[in-house]
Order: sequence, then structure tokens, then C-alpha cells
Amino acid sequence: MSHAASLNPDYVDEAGRPIYHPVEEPHHPEGHSTMLGFWMYLMSDCLIFAMLFAVYAVVGANYAAGPSPKDLFDLPLVALNTSMLLLSSITYGFAMLAMVRNRTAQMQIWLAITGVFGLCFLGIELYEFAHMIHLGATPQRSAFLSAFFVLVGTHGLHVTFGCIWLVTLMVQVWRKGLIPANKRRLMCLSLFWHFLDVIWIGVFTFVYLFGMLR
Amino acid sequence: MSAEAHNDHAVDHHHDDHHHGDDHDHGSFKTYMIGFLLSVVLTAIPFWLVMTEALAPQTTGLVITAFAVVQIIVHMVFFLHMNHKSEGGWNMLALIFTIVIVVIAVAGSVWVMYHLNTNMMPTHDMQTMG
Repeated sequence: MSHAASLNPDYVDEAGRPIYHPVEEPHHPEGHSTMLGFWMYLMSDCLIFAMLFAVYAVVGANYAAGPSPKDLFDLPLVALNTSMLLLSSITYGFAMLAMVRNRTAQMQIWLAITGVFGLCFLGIELYEFAHMIHLGATPQRSAFLSAFFVLVGTHGLHVTFGCIWLVTLMVQVWRKGLIPANKRRLMCLSLFWHFLDVIWIGVFTFVYLFGMLR
Repeated sequence: MSAEAHNDHAVDHHHDDHHHGDDHDHGSFKTYMIGFLLSVVLTAIPFWLVMTEALAPQTTGLVITAFAVVQIIVHMVFFLHMNHKSEGGWNMLALIFTIVIVVIAVAGSVWVMYHLNTNMMPTHDMQTMG
């Protein structure tokens, strides 16, 4: 970097003279830092999941003479659930590509498909939980089951709120169109949705697959 | 020296501002499909390994852990569009910080509790003693 360029101040006044110490807060466009802020939220959410994974890792083998993962987990069902979430990730990606091209109708269709996959995921998960509870494998049964229901349930709760957010944004776009604020919101939900898929990788690997290995 | 570094950052920042509104990487159909196909493969192989019990449990454990790590990176790159430039590098910095905290907390918990369990083992033998 040349000497002259290194003296470039942050701001320049009307006469082109450099201002080294701006007196007023410089203007930031609306939503300027939303994506960074939302990323910070996701990172803190990541810490919540890390703690739940740590709890599961510590007490996941304490069955209290109750059912173990091998008695309860149905891997084909988990594989189906995983594919639902993976498919919802790619369809959300297609919705974002349609959004960039300002194709509102196309985007709404992809968002609707994403929502359906999300609901399928939740339906399968609730069926699994109901089946386990029916067998007497309730959260109160053992430390393993408490940790399991809290970890997988927290992920499911995130997906539930993701679905609610998705429908909310579809209504917003339907009423107001693809205004910059709505695009920003859709980009936040995109991060949220793909982040949940990343967490699910950890869940199916360390809870379900490792559970069957024990 | 530090002033120069600061100015470098300021210049980059102005550069970003010009493109504001569409300076985020949205990926393309191709990158999404690459990410999706990699994810399908990286998901299918661990499930297949565990369901068919093709390898010894310990080997399977190591292999599926490796697949999970690779798949998380694939998702980060192809779906979350992570790179060292997004948000002027702050995204990556926050991610690295989070990973450090997560590794310390999870590995630390497992390590401490495993040793605690090992050291406490005799008192767990109440049933066999009775």
C-alpha cells in the first residue's frame, strides 16, 4: 500500500478534505448489520446445542436398567427423517435462487415445498417420540432418555419455529412483495434453516448412529 | 502500523458499502446441487455402515465421525456460504470462537466425567455386592 493511500481517512468533507475524526455517527443503511447479528445469534444457539450434546455424551449410557438405543431407535425411520431435512435444505436454496432473480411466485412455491418437508420431518419425529413414550421410554425413565428428549426435542422445537417463521414470511411476501426488508428476513431464515440441518448432522451421527454401535 | 491496518479495513469497508444490498453470496444452482449430492453421499455411507455392520464398531465410529465433520463443512460452504470474506471476516471469526468454546466444553465435559465414572466405579457395584 502506498503512503498516500495509507493516509486515506475514513470520511471526506464536502470540500474533499479528509475528516479523521467524524463528529457524527456515520449513516448506516437499514439492516446494514442484520446478517452479522443473526450469525451471532446462530453461534450462541450453537452453544446451547453444544451443551445439550455434552450432557448427552455424559449421561447417554445411563439407562437405569431401562431401554437402550438399540431397543428404541429405528434407523430406516431416522434415515427418512434425515432425507426430509436435507431435501428441505435444497428446496430452500432454490427459493433463495428464485428470490435473487425476483421471481416471487417461483420462490413462494419453493418455500411452500420447504415447509411441507419441514412438517414431514416434524411429523416423523413426533411419531417416533409417541412410539417411544408408548413403549414406556418417557423422558423420566432414565438419564439417557432425559438427555435424548431434551437434545432432539430442542432441535424439533427449532424446526417448529422455523416452519412458523417460514409461513409468516410467505404471508409477508404475498402482501408486500420482495421488498429489501423481506429479502433480508428470507436470508436470515435461510441461515437458520441450513443451521438446523447442520445440527441434525450431529444428532443423527452422535445420537442415532452411535447409539446403535453401543 | 496499526493506523495503516485500520485504514486498510476502512477502504475495504467502503468497497463493501458500494455493493450493499447484494453483497451476500447466494450461491448458484450448481453450488447447491454439488452441496446436496455431497450431503446425500456423506449421509448414506454412515447409515449404510451402521445398518450393515460392515466394519468393527470402533472403526465405524471413527469413520462416521469423520463423515459428520466433512458433511458439516460441506453444509457450511455450499449452503451457509461461509468464506473468510463474508461480513468482512467477522462471520469466520465468530465461528472460530464458537468452535473453540464448543470443543473445550464438550471435550472437557466428556473427559472429566469419564474419569469421574472410572474413579467412582466401585460404588456402582452395589447390586452385585448385595
